[in-house]
Amino acid sequence: MRRIAPLAGVLALLLSAAAQAADPHLARNLAATCANCHGTDGRSAGGMAVLAGEPKDKLLASLTAFRSGDKPATIMHQISKGYTDEQLDLIAGYFAAIKPAGGAK
Amino acid sequence: MSQHTDFGRRGFIQGALGVSAMAALYGCAGAGKGKGHVVVVGGGFGGATVAKYISMWSNGGIKVTLVERNAAFVSCPISNLVLAGEKQLSDITIGYEGLAKYGIKVVQDEVVAVDADKRVVRLAKGGDLAYDRLVLSPGVDFMYDTLPGLNSAAAQQDILHAWKAGPQTVALRRQLEAMPDGGVYALTIPKAPYRCPPGPYERACMVAHYFKTKKPKSKVLVLDANDEIVSKKGLFTKVFNEQYKGIIEYRPQSELRDVDAKNRTAILEFDKVKADVLNVVPAQRAGDIAAKSGLKLVNGRWVEIDWLTMGSTSTPNIHVLGDAIFPAPTMPKSGHMANQHAKLAAAAIVNLQAGLPPSDAPLVMNTCYSFVDAKNVIHVASVHAYDPATKLVQPVKGAGGVSAAPNELEGQFGLAWAKNIWADMLT
Ligand SMILES: Cc1cc2nc3c(=O)[nH]c(=O)nc-3n(C[C@H](O)[C@H](O)[C@H](O)COP(=O)(O)OP(=O)(O)OC[C@H]3O[C@@H](n4cnc5c(N)ncnc54)[C@H](O)[C@@H]3O)c2cc1C
Repeated sequence: MRRIAPLAGVLALLLSAAAQAADPHLARNLAATCANCHGTDGRSAGGMAVLAGEPKDKLLASLTAFRSGDKPATIMHQISKGYTDEQLDLIAGYFAAIKPAGGAK
Repeated sequence: MSQHTDFGRRGFIQGALGVSAMAALYGCAGAGKGKGHVVVVGGGFGGATVAKYISMWSNGGIKVTLVERNAAFVSCPISNLVLAGEKQLSDITIGYEGLAKYGIKVVQDEVVAVDADKRVVRLAKGGDLAYDRLVLSPGVDFMYDTLPGLNSAAAQQDILHAWKAGPQTVALRRQLEAMPDGGVYALTIPKAPYRCPPGPYERACMVAHYFKTKKPKSKVLVLDANDEIVSKKGLFTKVFNEQYKGIIEYRPQSELRDVDAKNRTAILEFDKVKADVLNVVPAQRAGDIAAKSGLKLVNGRWVEIDWLTMGSTSTPNIHVLGDAIFPAPTMPKSGHMANQHAKLAAAAIVNLQAGLPPSDAPLVMNTCYSFVDAKNVIHVASVHAYDPATKLVQPVKGAGGVSAAPNELEGQFGLAWAKNIWADMLT
């Protein structure tokens, strides 16, 4: 715990900021909840839609259409309802910035 | 002094040498920003995922050692298809080589004790591993003490659980193959919570599918300790009554009291049921290493954790994932959920090792696909978000649900889910 002490001031600053700002990795963490099915960082291992490198607008449009029921789905209409607008926006932005090909690291 | 282990004094002096050797090896004696050494126990859905994601998200800054007793990962998901003869064990077995590219050191051994004060784990083959943080994802162990007739190695050789995939899966498949047509396969289900709520009903369907196509005079008898089908009730009820009419007989409120292993007989409160193949899924609790290392348990069975970090509520620097934890409301014990726990923990650990607070808004979600025959599948899904008021992840209202009916498209997604989650853990 001692090594955290010098950072206490920084922590206080971070904690007082908005939830999003408190964790710069929120988008990454939320996007990781999709990876079970869509592959690590959205690089599908096959049989599921590739999300990595897709344009943000397109991803966000899909997600919101799943959520509203406009886009038919087996499961995504149920899952997308679990995320807020801001969360879907962060997820779409994260995947759009990933290179679709290349190693996982 | 440690209350957590039975390490002897001498063992500890040797252990201390091992610790400094380890620290020198990893250059992590004093953990700095995003640094340190994490030991992960168990290379299943939770453990393999957390090892990979800590390495990946810390850019290799945090050294990770994964200790797994088995040589390869064998998946419980899809194992019911192996029982039905639709898949082979090799289809659900994956090695740990893929983790090497993340810099993860995989040690094939068993962790036999944890010293939380000294931050050291002891390995069965000898030697200790020092950690800055320890992650336990050991899955479940069975409460055989509740079934005296099954509480011996000999009885357990004949009456199988096949609730951990591997040799038991193959052995149960052999029993089913050897059973003459016209025989009875009986499956007992413990009271919830247990590993994989829909799993037993999927198994009943897949064995019934095998019988229907290969041994049409045979029967599946489901003896369920619960008051009703625990997961996807409407869908499974319909499949049992229509697709497998005359094959599956479902009996709720039929708790197993004991087993007469020699006679393959399930002993219930008011009844005895003799089967040709008796498959007992015993009651479960957190895997031994999590249950017996002094961590605070709920109901003496499951580890209590803090939902911002997956950290034990009683013991610093130890995080617990997967089936071993006391779950949040409506949260299933599933491989999918263990993988999500792992990412929550990885994000928290990477932050903590860099001196930053964990995210205050973690979110996890679940999907479980169940096969009702070789092609048709039904799902259940849910999303769970952290609620500061209760300090738990709570199901998000209005989200989640089940399939409308068994369908082939989800049959394809069920297999693709497995392929992707295995890759998300191991490659
Ligand atoms: C028939 C069946 C079907 C299922 N189907 C699905 C499904 O379709 N979808 C789904 O999401 N889930 C499914 N599950 C549930 C899923 O398998 C579990 O929820 C999941 O395995 C839990 O992950 P875990 O990391 O907690 O444990 P595990 O995956 O069991 O991993 C634990 C690992 O720890 C190792 N270990 C334990 N103790 C030690 C020790 N002391 N030292 C070293 N190694 C140790 C074990 O060898 C094991 O490899 C199914 C389960 C069954 C039985």
